[in-house]
Amino acid sequence: MSQNRSMLIIPGNSPKGLQNAPVFNPDLLVLDLADGVPLEDKDSARLLVKEAIGFMDYENTQVVVRINSLQSGFGAKDIEIITPVQPIAFVIPQGNAEQLQEIEILLAESEKKAGLKEGSIGLIPVVETVKTLEQMSSLLNVSPRIKSAFFNAEGLAQELGIVRSKEGDEILYARSKFAMTCRAAGMNSFDTAFTDSNDYEGLEKDCLKARNLGFTGKAAIDGRQIDTIHKIFV
Amino acid sequence: MKNSVGREIPEYIESYGQVKPFDGALANYGERTKTSVKLRSVKPGDNKLVETIDEVLDKVGIRDGMTVSFHHHLRNGDFVLNLVMEAIAKRGVKDITVAATGIFKIHEPLVDYIKSGIVTGISVNYIAPGPVATAISKGLLKKPAVLMSHGGRPRAIESGDLHIDVAFIAAPTADSYGNMNGVQGKAACGTLAYAVSDAQYADHVVAVTDNLVPYPACPIEISQDYVDYVVKVESIGDPNGIVSGTLTVTKDPVGLRIAKLAAQVIEATGYIKEGMSFQTGAGGTSLAVAAEVRRFMKEKNVVGSFAAGGITGYMVDMLNDGLFRSLFDVQCFDLKAIASMRDNPKHQKMSGSLYGNPHNRGAVVNNLDVMILGATEIDTDFNVNVVTGSDGIIIGASGGHNDTAAGSKLAIVVTNLTKGRLPVVKDQVTTVTTPGETIDVLVTERGIAVNPARQDLIDKLKDTDLPIVPIEELKNIAERLTGKPEPIEFSDQVVAVVQYRDGTVIDVVRKPL
Repeated sequence: MSQNRSMLIIPGNSPKGLQNAPVFNPDLLVLDLADGVPLEDKDSARLLVKEAIGFMDYENTQVVVRINSLQSGFGAKDIEIITPVQPIAFVIPQGNAEQLQEIEILLAESEKKAGLKEGSIGLIPVVETVKTLEQMSSLLNVSPRIKSAFFNAEGLAQELGIVRSKEGDEILYARSKFAMTCRAAGMNSFDTAFTDSNDYEGLEKDCLKARNLGFTGKAAIDGRQIDTIHKIFV
Repeated sequence: MKNSVGREIPEYIESYGQVKPFDGALANYGERTKTSVKLRSVKPGDNKLVETIDEVLDKVGIRDGMTVSFHHHLRNGDFVLNLVMEAIAKRGVKDITVAATGIFKIHEPLVDYIKSGIVTGISVNYIAPGPVATAISKGLLKKPAVLMSHGGRPRAIESGDLHIDVAFIAAPTADSYGNMNGVQGKAACGTLAYAVSDAQYADHVVAVTDNLVPYPACPIEISQDYVDYVVKVESIGDPNGIVSGTLTVTKDPVGLRIAKLAAQVIEATGYIKEGMSFQTGAGGTSLAVAAEVRRFMKEKNVVGSFAAGGITGYMVDMLNDGLFRSLFDVQCFDLKAIASMRDNPKHQKMSGSLYGNPHNRGAVVNNLDVMILGATEIDTDFNVNVVTGSDGIIIGASGGHNDTAAGSKLAIVVTNLTKGRLPVVKDQVTTVTTPGETIDVLVTERGIAVNPARQDLIDKLKDTDLPIVPIEELKNIAERLTGKPEPIEFSDQVVAVVQYRDGTVIDVVRKPL
């Protein structure tokens, strides 16, 4: 059975990153078309990610793709192009209920066109606004495709205008609410990434805190973080 | 003919001579005779101080066909080789062989001297990628270059295989009677280890300094009894090119994974133990291995006997933290290493001969437990290439690679499985520098291969959770990622002879088409 302790986020416009990512053995590999890719690279990154999934040795990891939001104007195309190579899920930024419902329809069409069984690709909403945090219980029920959710504290901090700290006291409530809601729904919950990739001690403390709050796994922005995450989330 | 690593090499090479083929890493030990040394004794009252390099050239009787030598402790900041060669060139002297321990980009003026026939031969044990290496590869040098190892060069000098007419020794500090050191002066570089054999065996020895101090220039590394002349110049080198400020552990996640796996191999094979000895390079991944080894040593409360090689501040920190009892230093890579060698008696300098000469009474490499090495290519017989790049152009020489691989009990090659979209593991390397019989383990980010000849290591690693795979599997993974590159086409012209440390020929470099 696949584990869901870690998700390593790799920018979709980095051929080196796409090639090297599996060597760190993350449980989930997130090929990012959204925040990590500048506007001018959106088209090329989409094609690069599609080719990488078809070509690279990703057999020991679960590949998911973080698409752009529908509002950005890139999201629908991301779904259309990536669906045929069948990632196990799409990660949906600003994953509010309305957008998830729209994506559900688009994805079903794309799956049909690609000859895939409807529902074969999952959805992982990213909770990164106050509104989605407060609507989480209903959000997780929008689609049977949702088996996991991802809490992005950086987005929330931006919306609230708060300064993030390594200790994370400022996101204690949000983390607790997110983790508990996921637990109640029986879903995997991925905690926000620890952004200082050189601070292993800080990462380990942050992982412990997340685990004690009820999270089942954690995002990573650097392959070096995976071993520490797996040490805590067993 | 084919040598014992299966390389097709000529029996005779024009301007090199009869070829002694490589016949195994341990094939050439035994009784040896050192060559005799010609010198002119110095009477009381004689003056060794000479005003200019030009005047020195008069005194040593520079003429066509001579061999002049240089050390590379000033690395890419060295002015001395260029100063001397410029003075030689102005005299219209031709057919000079430059026997340098290292050649860097700063030595680009050599290319014009090669083209004009002033320089017709080069022997070198380290060469940085750049204009001189490319000129050699293009066949511009009249005689094939001879690529040696750090231990092989002093062996060649001491045996008489490499005769030096005049050794020009860049001296960061010297006195007027020829005592020198490398730890003082604005061009301080640390030890002068690679120049020791030159000083001991050359017909003429010249100290070239920009820091002339009152007699005696203590602490003395190369002493007055080896030195004929001392010449003061304005500057022997640019400190910015000589030493690095700080050499640090890589932050590249792939490099760190490789380093971690390498350290786990060392631990699992039982080499993290009291009295252990260790050598690694100055590159980011090599230092990352040191960092992981340091962690294991601390966890196990182990004190090593020595660390060796080119020394960085990182190894100095390990010494000062009590993780090693001593350092053997053949080349100081940074300011911290220079200061430590100067001030700490536990930080010993060692000559190139003491470091790696296979034909003395026992080199330091013979006492090494663990050696961490790099590779440009490695083949499925574990032969390593660090000499030629993917286009067949020369990008390096052995340095201490084949010396330390031969001496150490556990020689580990650490490398990315692919570099620049090319596979590193191949059926056959382009040029053999280090024979596979002396390489024990290959560590890459996608798996670890153990030389089948080391059944003892295979047994120790088989029950670990380390990703041990046959080297052929690593080759297949690499080729799946990059495709199989077209073989490089070469002409028949031999542009360089790759000597193994014992003076036999392990391979030749031919001119790429």
